[in-house]
Amino acid sequence: MSAITTTAKVRAVTGNQAVALAMKQIDPDVVAAYPITPQTDVVQTFSQYVADGAVRAEFVTAESEHSAMSACIGSAAAGARTMTATSSAGFALMWEVLFVAASMRLPLVMTTVNRALSGPINIHCDHSDSMGGRDTGWLQIYNEDAQEAYDATVMSFPIAEHAAVRLPLMNMYDGFIISGAIGPLVPLSDGQVQAFVGEAPPYKHLLQPNDPITVGPFDGLHGWYFEHKIAQNRAMEAALPVIQETYDRFAELTGRRYHHLMTYGMEDAEVALVVIGSAAGTARSVMKQLREEGIKAGIVKIRTFRPFPTEELARVLSGVKAVGIMDRADSYGAQGGPLYLEVLAALYQRDVQAKTVNFVYGLGGRDLFPQNIEDAFRTLEAAAGGADLPYYRIYLNMKGE
Amino acid sequence: MSARLTEVRWHARGGQGAVTAAKMVAELAVERGKHFQAFPEYGPERSGAPIVAFTRISDEPIQIYSPIESPNVVLVLDATLLGAIDVTDGAPDDAVVIVNTDQSPADLKAQVDFGTRRVLTVPATEIAGQTIGRRIPNTPMIGAIAKATGLFTLDEVEEHLRASFGKKFSEKVVEGNVEAVRRAYNEVRE
Repeated sequence: MSAITTTAKVRAVTGNQAVALAMKQIDPDVVAAYPITPQTDVVQTFSQYVADGAVRAEFVTAESEHSAMSACIGSAAAGARTMTATSSAGFALMWEVLFVAASMRLPLVMTTVNRALSGPINIHCDHSDSMGGRDTGWLQIYNEDAQEAYDATVMSFPIAEHAAVRLPLMNMYDGFIISGAIGPLVPLSDGQVQAFVGEAPPYKHLLQPNDPITVGPFDGLHGWYFEHKIAQNRAMEAALPVIQETYDRFAELTGRRYHHLMTYGMEDAEVALVVIGSAAGTARSVMKQLREEGIKAGIVKIRTFRPFPTEELARVLSGVKAVGIMDRADSYGAQGGPLYLEVLAALYQRDVQAKTVNFVYGLGGRDLFPQNIEDAFRTLEAAAGGADLPYYRIYLNMKGE
Repeated sequence: MSARLTEVRWHARGGQGAVTAAKMVAELAVERGKHFQAFPEYGPERSGAPIVAFTRISDEPIQIYSPIESPNVVLVLDATLLGAIDVTDGAPDDAVVIVNTDQSPADLKAQVDFGTRRVLTVPATEIAGQTIGRRIPNTPMIGAIAKATGLFTLDEVEEHLRASFGKKFSEKVVEGNVEAVRRAYNEVRE
């Protein structure tokens, strides 16, 4: 992404500033938030827009993330377009109410700037926060850079508010690596954003002063809890084509074309890495170098993680000899990280025969250098040539090796 | 690394404006139609503590997000760091090192081993004090980079300062910064 054209006006901004700009241009009804590193300047920048009178949004400064998300739920239940942002421990403190937002089918939009969870205390990037929250019932879109994060923010409400979906949506990008780095952004005009986001489809909101109902009461053994959960899963399934339609409509406006999976070199790849977040960029540049050496390397970048694009993933990986799945979060005691488990299930169900291995990297902000990606590809090359791959994870750039 | 990719590493102390200067270099790159990336090495952000920041400038889109390991250009905003850290770590033999000091490159090379790398010096703190009225060396360093690397011309830097600072600061401040850049450009020693 981030293609600079001679006609487009390029701005030098951080990832967080890019997302705050998108929020300003969307101008939601309500933003309720609590600051946490490395998300802070999303909220700070937006609050400046509020103070300057640049937006009409009601800005609620909550006393915790649990309260921030609870305020968002109340606001969205009343039909207000509502946004928030968080990271790490803030995300963890929202945990209980994230499920409430999803089960109430509220089209909230949240930016989650990925950061490690304690302990030891660490403010740097990994995906432990949002990957831990992958089963909260929220749609999850992972972004590589500031441009993608901006674009995804603009695309969020049309997806979340779609009548067939009605689910909360979270957009991720890597803490510090993207949130704090200054990179190029080609923004849309305010008018373009407003026109693209448009009005929410008509919907009878839960909170009606003249038609009061009870929402989310106790629903015991003989109630409909189970069916509620099935309905949430069906909405997830329905979201997959809605997300792609929204990506396509965005491409008509901007020329920037997105897919659930972004593939590079996969037409003839024999070895491939499945990546998520900013690591995709580093992986792609190494892939190009290896291709010059004659290695048939490919990259699959996952953008849409919830719902998971199983069919598409199995299709792009069929014919590949060895696949490395790169996780920036771990699942303790499991066979591998969250992305690994997801990819393996997709391959097994669709009977795709490829050797697989899990590369775990970048926990707590540990750097991922081009050399680490090259090492991963060399391992896959050896496996494609007949060598065995370990059942256990391979850790990239671990100390003391 | 591609010949059309320039990788810059900044060494400074918190409060010297290195991150702001790295951003300014990024903005200058945008104005020349180049691709860019600028980011600090995130750590404890305390006034006076050593900090590192990075800038990449390229003719092609930049996809690598890892820290710079082999900088073509090393900028040292505080010469007292020379005794504390190896600022040339990973820099290739033909890298350029620009140090903020009133010493000559010859005197500096007698005290610090820079190998075969090009060493330039500029009294950026002194210049900032005399022109801007605040001893913050970041703006003059931009003039030194322009002279040493040719990444952008003195005119382009002046134009950028007037356009970006002009909105926020008084004419006196803007012209002080312009003068700082101009003097640093002319007073760089090699």
